Amino acid sequence: MAQRRSYQIGSGLFILLGFAALAYLATQTTSIANFSQGPSYLLKARFTNVGQLKLRAPVKIAGVRIGSVESIEVDPQRLDAKVTLSVDRRFRDIPDDSSAAIFTSGLLGDQYIGIQPGGSPDMFKDGDEFVLTQSSMQLEDLIGKFLVNGSPASKPAANDEPAAQAQPASPPKKS
Amino acid sequence: MPGPEPIAEPTRDVLVQVRGLRTVLGRKTIFDGIELDIPRGKVTAVMGPSGCGKTTLLRHLTGQRAADAGSIRIDGAEVTRLSRQALFDLRERIGYLFQNSALLTDYDVFENVAFPLRQHLKLPEEIVRNIVLTKLEAVGLRGAAGLMPAELSGGMMRRVALARAIIRDPMLILYDEPFVGLDPIALNQVLRLIRTLNDTLGVTSVLVAHEFSAVARVADLVYLLAGGKIVAHGPPQQLREDPSPWTRQFFGGEADGPVPFQYPARDYATDLGFAQVAR
Amino acid sequence: MSTPRPWAGIGDALARVGAHGLFLLQILAALPASLRHYRETVRQIWFTGAMSLVIIMTCGLFVGMVLGLQLYYVLSIFGGTAALGTVVSLSLYRELGPVVTALLFAGRAGTSITAEIGLMRATDQLAAMEMMAVDPLAYVAAPRFIAGVVAMPLLACVFNALGIFGAHLVGVSWLGLDNGTFWSNMTSSVDVWKDVVNGVWKSVVFGAVVALIAVFQGYTTAPTSEGVAYATTRTVVFSSIVVLAVDFVMTAFLM
Ligand SMILES: Nc1ncnc2c1ncn2[C@@H]1O[C@H](COP(=O)(O)OP(=O)(O)OP(=O)(O)O)[C@@H](O)[C@H]1O
Ligand SMILES: [Mg+2]
Repeated sequence: MAQRRSYQIGSGLFILLGFAALAYLATQTTSIANFSQGPSYLLKARFTNVGQLKLRAPVKIAGVRIGSVESIEVDPQRLDAKVTLSVDRRFRDIPDDSSAAIFTSGLLGDQYIGIQPGGSPDMFKDGDEFVLTQSSMQLEDLIGKFLVNGSPASKPAANDEPAAQAQPASPPKKS
Repeated sequence: MPGPEPIAEPTRDVLVQVRGLRTVLGRKTIFDGIELDIPRGKVTAVMGPSGCGKTTLLRHLTGQRAADAGSIRIDGAEVTRLSRQALFDLRERIGYLFQNSALLTDYDVFENVAFPLRQHLKLPEEIVRNIVLTKLEAVGLRGAAGLMPAELSGGMMRRVALARAIIRDPMLILYDEPFVGLDPIALNQVLRLIRTLNDTLGVTSVLVAHEFSAVARVADLVYLLAGGKIVAHGPPQQLREDPSPWTRQFFGGEADGPVPFQYPARDYATDLGFAQVAR
Repeated sequence: MSTPRPWAGIGDALARVGAHGLFLLQILAALPASLRHYRETVRQIWFTGAMSLVIIMTCGLFVGMVLGLQLYYVLSIFGGTAALGTVVSLSLYRELGPVVTALLFAGRAGTSITAEIGLMRATDQLAAMEMMAVDPLAYVAAPRFIAGVVAMPLLACVFNALGIFGAHLVGVSWLGLDNGTFWSNMTSSVDVWKDVVNGVWKSVVFGAVVALIAVFQGYTTAPTSEGVAYATTRTVVFSSIVVLAVDFVMTAFLM
C-alpha cells in the first residue's frame, strides 16, 4: 500500500514537472512573453509597404522593446498600410515629431518597428499618428532602383528614403 | 469405441456437460468427439498420458480456447457461444489453478491471492486481510504473505496459486495438476483441502493429475483420456479393477499397450541412421 | 521462400497495419473499464514517464548544446547569430523535441512495455487474469497506452526546455552572444499555438503510436524467450519508422 502511494506521488510530481516545462516554454519563450503586462496606449503609423511585419512584432526605441504591433490593415481610400502600435504607458514621453521605421533584425531576422525620437516639446497622445514613417526596405525595390536609377519607387522622399535621411532637419508640423 | 453414456441426469446433477468435442491443433487431432459429464458437488479426476490434451480440455471448458466442434455447457450456459462479458461473469464463479501457477510477478503473495477480491468486490481492507490469510493458512503459507513470487519454490507457488483459485469460494474449481512439486505433507494438506471444499461448500472440482494413488483418495469419478477419446470412466476403485487394456496399461505403468509411450514418430532405426548399416 | 513476391510483402504490411488498427479499437473499447484500474495507470505513468526523465533530460541538454554550436556556426556565415535562439527553439518545438523524445521513449519505455507484457503472455499471467474475470486489455494494455499518451508530450516539453537551456549555455555563456538578443529574437518569432502547441500535439500522436506498437507487440508475442526478444526489437524498429512517417505527414498537412 505504501508502495502504491509513493508511485502516485512520484507520478504526480512527474506530471507537474511536465506541465511546468510546458508553461515555461509557452509563456517565456514565445510571443506571449511580449504581451506588455502594464497599461499601454495606441499610436498609428502609415507605411506604403510593411514587408514581412507581423502582428505582435516588437516596437523598439534605441533597440529596446517598448511595445508591440497591435494591428495591420489597409486603408481603403489611401491604399496604404495602417499599423497600430501598442506602447507601454511607461514610455509616455515620446516627442510627436518622432519617426517610425520598419527594420530587420540582422540579415535574416524578423522585422520590427524602430522609433527615432524627435526634438519636439509636445509628446504623443493616445491615438496620435506618426507623420514621418519609413517603409520596410524591399530587396527587389533596392535592386530595381539600382538598375533603373530610381524612377518607379521614389515618390515622396519622406516615405521611402533610408533611415539617415528620415531624420528631419526641421520638424514639420503635424496635420 | 462408443462414447460413455451420461452418468447422471444432465440437468440438476450435472454441472458440466461436454458433447462431441473436436479439436485439431496444428496437424494433430487432440480431441475426436469427447463426451463427458461432471457431476455437481463431486470431485472428478481427468487422467491420461502426458500431452493427451488435459490442459487443453480445461481451457475449452473455461472458454480460453475455442474448439473446432462440439458443445460445452456449464450450469446450463453454452460456453462456446457466450459473449465476452457473459464469459467473464461465468468465470467469476470458477476457480482455475494453472499448470504453471501463473502468479502475477508484479505483486507479492498476499496481493496475488487478494487480486480477485480487489478486482471484483469493494471490501474493507480488514476483511480482505482476513479472507486472504485464512486461505493462505489453509495451504500453509500464511508466513509467506510478504514474499514475491520470484522468492518462492515451485511447490510454494502451486500452493499460492491454489489459494488464489479458491479465494472467492467458486462453484467450480479446475485444478491443473495440483500435486506437482508437493512434498508428502503438503500433498496430504492439499488433498484434505480439496475434499473439505467439496464436503463443506458443495464445490464441484475437476482435477487433472497423474498420481493415481492421490487421485483415488479424493476423486469420486475418474475419466481416462487417451488418443483423443475418453477410453474409460468410473469410480477409482472400479477403474483399478477394470480389465480393459487401456486402464491396465495406464495404471499398471507398462510402456507397451494401446497407449503409445512415444509421441508419433518415424521408425527409430531410420531416425538414428541405422537403416543402411542393417542392410 | 521460393520466388520473391513483392505483393506478399505489401500484403503482410497491410495486414500488420490492420491488426494494429483493430487492436487500437480494442484498447479504446476497454478504456472505460480501465478507468477502474486508474491506480495501474498511475503506476505506469511512473514507470514509463518518470523513469524516462533522466535519459530525456540528458539527451535534451546535449541536443540543445549541439544545436547551439552548429547553428551558431551556420548563422555566423550569414551574420545572423542574433537569430540563434529563434532557430534553436523553432527546430526543437516543431521537430526535434517531439521526434527525438519519441525515439528515445521507444527505446527506453517501449521496449520494457513489450518485454513485460510478452513475459506476462509467456508465463500465462494474461490468461490467469482472464480466468479471474479481469480483462487484460483493460488492466494491462489500456493503462500502458494511456501512460504513453500522457507521458510523451510532458517528456517532450521537458526535453525542449532542457534543449533551450543547453543552447543558451553554449550560445550566451560560452560563445558570448548577447543574452537579451537571444531571448528577444526568440520571443518575437515563436508562436504559442503554431509552434509550441502544435509540437505538443505531435508528441501526443507519437505517444499513442509508440505505446500502441509496444503494447501490441507484447500482447501478441510468441510465448517463448525468442518471441519476446523479437517482439522487443520490432517495437523499436516499427516505432521509429512509423514515428518518422507520421511526423512527415503531420508536418506536411497540419503545420
Ligand atoms: N498451440 C499449439 N499448437 C499445436 N499443438 C499444441 C499447441 N498447444 C498444445 N499442443 C499440443 O496439444 C497436445 C495437448 O497439450 P496439453 O497441454 O493439453 O497436454 P496435457 O495433457 O496437459 O499434458 P501434460 O500432462 O504434460 O500437462 C500436446 O500434444 C501438444 O503438443
Ligand atoms: Mg497439462
